[in-house]
Amino acid sequence: MREPSRCRIRHRASGIINVMTKSKLTSDLDAVRAQLHNARGPQLWRSLDQMADTPAFRDLVEREFPQGASELNDPVSRRSFLKLMGASLALAGISGCTYMPREKITPFINQPLGRVPGVPLYYASSVLLNGFATGVLVRSNDGRPTKIEPNPQHPGSAGGTDLFVQAEILTMYDPDRSTEVQNQGATSTWDAFTGALAGALQAQSATGGAGLRLLTTTVTSPTLASQISQLQTQYPQARWYQYDPINRDNVYEGARRAFGEDVTTRYDLSKAQVVLSLDADFLSPGPGFAAYARAFADGRRVRKDTGEMNRLYVVEASPSSTGATADHRLPLQAGRVAGFAQALAAKLKLPGVSAGAEQPGEAATKFLTALAEDLEAHKGRSLVIAGDQQPPIVHALAHAINAELGNVGSTVIYTDPVEARPTNQTNEIASLANEIEAGTVQVLVMIGGNPAYNAPGDLRFAERLAAKVPFSVHLSLFNDETSSGATWHVPAAHSLESWSDARAYDGTAGVIQPLIQPLFGGKTSHEVLAALLGQPNVDPLTIVQGYWKGKVSGDFVAAWQNILSNGLIDGTKAAVRTPTLKEEGLAGSIPAPGALELVFRPDPSIWDGSYANNGWLMELPRPLTKLVWDNAALMSPRTAITLLKLPFSVDQLKGGSIESQHYLEQISAINGKVVRLAYNGGSIDLPIWLLPGHAENSITVNLGYGRRKAGNVGNDIGVDAYAIRTSGAPWFGTIDSVSDTGTTYLLVSTQDHWTMEGRDIYRVGKFEEFKADPEYIQKEIHKEEFGSEHHQFETLLPAPDYAGRNAWGMTFNLSACVGCNACVIACQAENNIPVIGKEQVSVGREMQWLRIDRYFAGDDLDNPDTYLMPIACMQCERAPCELVCPVAATAHDIEGLNNMVYNRCVGTKYCSNNCPYKVRRFNFLQYTDISTATLKLARNPQVTVRNRGVMEKCSYCVQRISAARIEAKKTAVAAGTEVYTIGDDAIITACEAACPTQAITFGDTNNTASRVASWKSEPHNYSLLQELNTIPRTTYLARIRNPFEALSAADTVKKQEG
Amino acid sequence: MAQAQPIRTTSQPDTGETYLLSGETYTSISSVIGDVPLTAPLKTPRGWFLGFGVAFALLMVFLVSVSWLFIRGVGIWGINIPVGWGMDIINFVWWIGIGHAGTLISAILLLLNQGWRNSINRFAEAMTLFAVACAGQYPILHLGRPWLAYWLFPYPNTHGMWPNFRSPLDWDVFAISTYATVSLLFWLVGLIPDFATLRDRASNPLVKRIYGFAAVGWRGSARHWHRYEMASLLLAGISTPLVVSVHSIISLDFAVAQVPGWQVTVFPPYFVAGAVFAGFAMVLLLMIPVRSFYGFQSYITIRHLDVMAKVMLATGMLVVYGYFMEVFASLYSSSKYEQYLLYNRLSGPSAWAYYGLLFCNAVAIQPLWFRRVRQNIPALLIISAIVSVGMWLERYVIIVISLQRDFLPSSWDIYIPTIWDWSLYLGTFGLFFTLTFLFIRVLPMINIFEIRMLLHQETERAHRNAARGHDHGHDHDHAHSPTAAD
Repeated sequence: MREPSRCRIRHRASGIINVMTKSKLTSDLDAVRAQLHNARGPQLWRSLDQMADTPAFRDLVEREFPQGASELNDPVSRRSFLKLMGASLALAGISGCTYMPREKITPFINQPLGRVPGVPLYYASSVLLNGFATGVLVRSNDGRPTKIEPNPQHPGSAGGTDLFVQAEILTMYDPDRSTEVQNQGATSTWDAFTGALAGALQAQSATGGAGLRLLTTTVTSPTLASQISQLQTQYPQARWYQYDPINRDNVYEGARRAFGEDVTTRYDLSKAQVVLSLDADFLSPGPGFAAYARAFADGRRVRKDTGEMNRLYVVEASPSSTGATADHRLPLQAGRVAGFAQALAAKLKLPGVSAGAEQPGEAATKFLTALAEDLEAHKGRSLVIAGDQQPPIVHALAHAINAELGNVGSTVIYTDPVEARPTNQTNEIASLANEIEAGTVQVLVMIGGNPAYNAPGDLRFAERLAAKVPFSVHLSLFNDETSSGATWHVPAAHSLESWSDARAYDGTAGVIQPLIQPLFGGKTSHEVLAALLGQPNVDPLTIVQGYWKGKVSGDFVAAWQNILSNGLIDGTKAAVRTPTLKEEGLAGSIPAPGALELVFRPDPSIWDGSYANNGWLMELPRPLTKLVWDNAALMSPRTAITLLKLPFSVDQLKGGSIESQHYLEQISAINGKVVRLAYNGGSIDLPIWLLPGHAENSITVNLGYGRRKAGNVGNDIGVDAYAIRTSGAPWFGTIDSVSDTGTTYLLVSTQDHWTMEGRDIYRVGKFEEFKADPEYIQKEIHKEEFGSEHHQFETLLPAPDYAGRNAWGMTFNLSACVGCNACVIACQAENNIPVIGKEQVSVGREMQWLRIDRYFAGDDLDNPDTYLMPIACMQCERAPCELVCPVAATAHDIEGLNNMVYNRCVGTKYCSNNCPYKVRRFNFLQYTDISTATLKLARNPQVTVRNRGVMEKCSYCVQRISAARIEAKKTAVAAGTEVYTIGDDAIITACEAACPTQAITFGDTNNTASRVASWKSEPHNYSLLQELNTIPRTTYLARIRNPFEALSAADTVKKQEG
Repeated sequence: MAQAQPIRTTSQPDTGETYLLSGETYTSISSVIGDVPLTAPLKTPRGWFLGFGVAFALLMVFLVSVSWLFIRGVGIWGINIPVGWGMDIINFVWWIGIGHAGTLISAILLLLNQGWRNSINRFAEAMTLFAVACAGQYPILHLGRPWLAYWLFPYPNTHGMWPNFRSPLDWDVFAISTYATVSLLFWLVGLIPDFATLRDRASNPLVKRIYGFAAVGWRGSARHWHRYEMASLLLAGISTPLVVSVHSIISLDFAVAQVPGWQVTVFPPYFVAGAVFAGFAMVLLLMIPVRSFYGFQSYITIRHLDVMAKVMLATGMLVVYGYFMEVFASLYSSSKYEQYLLYNRLSGPSAWAYYGLLFCNAVAIQPLWFRRVRQNIPALLIISAIVSVGMWLERYVIIVISLQRDFLPSSWDIYIPTIWDWSLYLGTFGLFFTLTFLFIRVLPMINIFEIRMLLHQETERAHRNAARGHDHGHDHDHAHSPTAAD
């Protein structure tokens, strides 16, 4: 990303060439490629000089407008010619150029009645995570996709997205993406590949494909599945394997155990009053996340007249967003969750279940008793969710408990499997590895995925792939670990560049349509499959349309149009099933928990490692640890004290006294101490990061790091935990030993401080008390701080007056926020926020305009309350920043927005010093990459790109406000009036749009009918640091928790604030 | 006013103290002081070359540091969010403070008729100028886009923009530029009679021409002297409020903000006292070596040092009072942010700086109560050095420690200066000492004509003392009458 002139020059050179007629120049092109191949640094410069000497190249350069110059005289194609020239200048050498796709695609919102330049269009599409679709609307600015918004009609989105969806834009424009077909590391072509493939398949057709293996990631695409079944018809002996390192094996194994058949379990959280998560992080990205989070948050966003509120119990080892949201959280080793589930089932008197030998501790027993009581009190309106990484028995028990509580059909819905072929993926990758070892795999086709990196370490997949497969191909966005081990690599088209389809978590099929032709000439999975089927050059649109042609009713052309504009295909939701519970599935012994366990978790920011080269995600503070650019051995202070025999006791760290502050500061110093974790025969060295609330005797490590061939951003970041992950215990297991290596490593986090120091920052209240007196939270705080329940803040200044104008404001609902970070990435994408690298973050210069603060509160370091609080510019009415800027670069506008005028800023940083919320961000160096061509394309043209020396901050997406205002004025003028009104839904800020829980509301506070005004009128609405009289436009809705009386009685000692 | 009060011609109240050693004549004064700049280049003392070489090398450090700063941006420093100001502003305030002694000596002591100032004021004024030159770099260099620094000045422009007159940073622009201008004028005007002396004494025609040019036709006529006295008086009058205003305004950079630890109303007087305190420490630190190197013990006597030490002690105690007020304010404020600030200073991660400052500025100056210490040159050197460090720490405590931990604990961070922070600081020493060495080489570093006048007064006093042996009563009246006339 911030590398090398090498790439740039190379692109530039080949850019000129690519404009040329292919037939004429193919030989020259090859010559150029041959010359430049393997040239690095000074060598490359010499090669370029030599190349420039060839007559062909001179000829090429001298023809100023190589191809299409004649088009200038043709009025119809002149436009596309100009577009082409602009694109090739900007792209500087991306092969393929940026013609709009030749196929007809349909805008979702704005009809293309003469595209208006500068006015963005939105297209419906889908973005995948682990094969499951989130429906999106992609914004296209003059042919460039620049921002992804949720598609509210799509069930996988429900009006929100996760952070990975938001970050896809950057992945698409990633300059490190693979640009060419490679054979054994040498440049080749698609035609050469299909030729070679045809040859290899010829040998296979004799044996019916006995040596042909197809490895994909989880497939939900109906088209791809049908192509695969065609392949299996053509080669009956061929086998299709699927592997994703973050898979749902346990979910299906558990369903099979409980019901004896493959069913998909779906939850309806809108009906759930009491939810128990058994180590299930359903409020973090995964299949159905956006829909689940939305439905769950709907039951938590309380107002003063709300009658009831849902309640969440979480039992988990590794602290998660879900745990932070919980009303009651029980930290428990991952290995003990099964025992807990069994004990709960026994408590609920499930037939055939008896509590195991393992005795839960005192806290767990209390928790269990209350939980059972609460669940029984909410029959049919409760829900038990088992975590994907928990063994099948836990899932089976959860199914049984849900059935016992009468939740099936209400909060739990069983359907036909959504995946094209549900399977135990860990077993599949193990079988494939064994087959490779046995030498039976002659042709291995890998569509996506990165098994050479992320297969369990004990399978030695990379080694076997490179040594034992004579013909292998990997279709991938990047020339990654697997690509370099395969004999062929084919660059993949990004989902924003390709035609495809995919299913949402509920089975609804959605279409994926391209916004741009493949930047780097990538191929879709459908094209590779077609090549396998002997049709090497079929257009992917034809393939996708071909599949759906027979499946939709009515006129296909009209139906297709409809599908494209909606982004989904009606009537494809998975059919509901009513499987019968088999009691014998609940029996079975539960493995004894280990003394000290290691838990593998997907990384909250880079997932399984496939996002490792995405700078936005790499630099995104992880929700609870606030770490960036690294993974670590996460453990609780208590575990660290025991393991490292530190001279503290956890009790010393309690109480918030000055001594305990000292101890806290001292114990924090062990962050970064590198320990060696020996696990199942392997070992990795990882730095420690203390995480209060982590289960005792349990260490979590996030997967996805230690990439060797991810790209310039992701290479050699963190430690590869797949190396010690085994196919036998992919999620957790007993650690053999932990030893101190005596070294330390710099871990960088954006927030080092744990507590709020007793300040009134994050307000929390209890639902029961809130119902009794909706103002009680404010009263209590005012009483404590100022001695009177109704404290009035006094000022000599006149009250600001915006009568007759729009007065923009925002609320963050702390009850709804789950800290998923989608808003942070959405903001980064919308506002062209640069990535600055670990070293710059380590000195405290992170650039995200919107951050999510994390505080631990309460006296119990083993299980503190975790508070997540989004903070962006508060748009203060009396902004301290404005007063002190000597050049008036930050100033109020007539609508009361606190604007930052980049052009006027000279960079004194005084405004930041005087900002009590510290939301201003400064370009200490030239952070924005203004030289990499593809990254320029990714930027939002409506937002200024900031250079060195300029302060920046959240603007409330002022570009969106302006756009809406212009529209409103146009409408008003057309209607012959001078008064314009901007509707409440006309402006959705980037963070608000992305938020899956609708925790963010933006609008006109002067309009009493607006959503934001109604939230601001709630009694639990408060201003952060109100006593400073800054009068922020952004306010918070205090978090309302709904603790269960029986448990909270024991909990009352926990303070509301740190 | 038709007739200015000729302040220097009135005989001063006789304090009974002597500032000049006996045996000096008008000629000896002119030659001892005046010959330093008139020395032929090749006869420059080796020690000067050595000192100048070191200073010049440091100046090159400055240039390297600034070049790299311009190439990369302020990110080469250790500043961050929340600590947006680090050594840039610390050093700015520190250097400005250093300069205050010069202004105080030249303006206020002139108006107060403190004759003892005459032998040190030139040097102190030069120090003021050079310190302001060093300080003046920082507000420009610390900008993210230093090439736009002129936007801080109110000038007619096509942007249609005035600077923001509400911002203390803009007040700084006026305060510092006025201060620099007036100091320079005062210094140059004061040099005119001495330029004439050098012109008259120079033998090299080129040197004669240069000093003659600088002397702007000074002939020493009564009319010249009259105008000169008038100009000095006016400039002294203009300078006097500047002594107070400059550092008061700089203190408002902090006091106007709402950062806990900055928002303190005692800042303006406390900063002024601190500035004079630091300035006198620096004058002592520089003058003691120069005095012994050039053999100026006759002009800068031990009594001068003693008086400067007294001023240092007095202003130091004012500063200590400021520290008490800060503590009192944070305890009395009932603001948890202010109270946390105190806790953080006393036991936070940078507590060493606060204890260091208390030691340097409050404890280390206590020996100055004793005359023996005030007149002991090594002791004065050590104490002055400690005070200079202490005043640097004071700015560190105010700026950095306050910013490190403000309102929201989530944004707390620490500040670690980088090599570029230090090299720029070191580099400004290069600038300062390069200018200082050039000054002592080419200009009379002690005011020749004022020393002559002092000699005249001394001589008169000697006469009076002789007369007093005959008539005590008369002397008594005589000693008081000028005071009464004032």
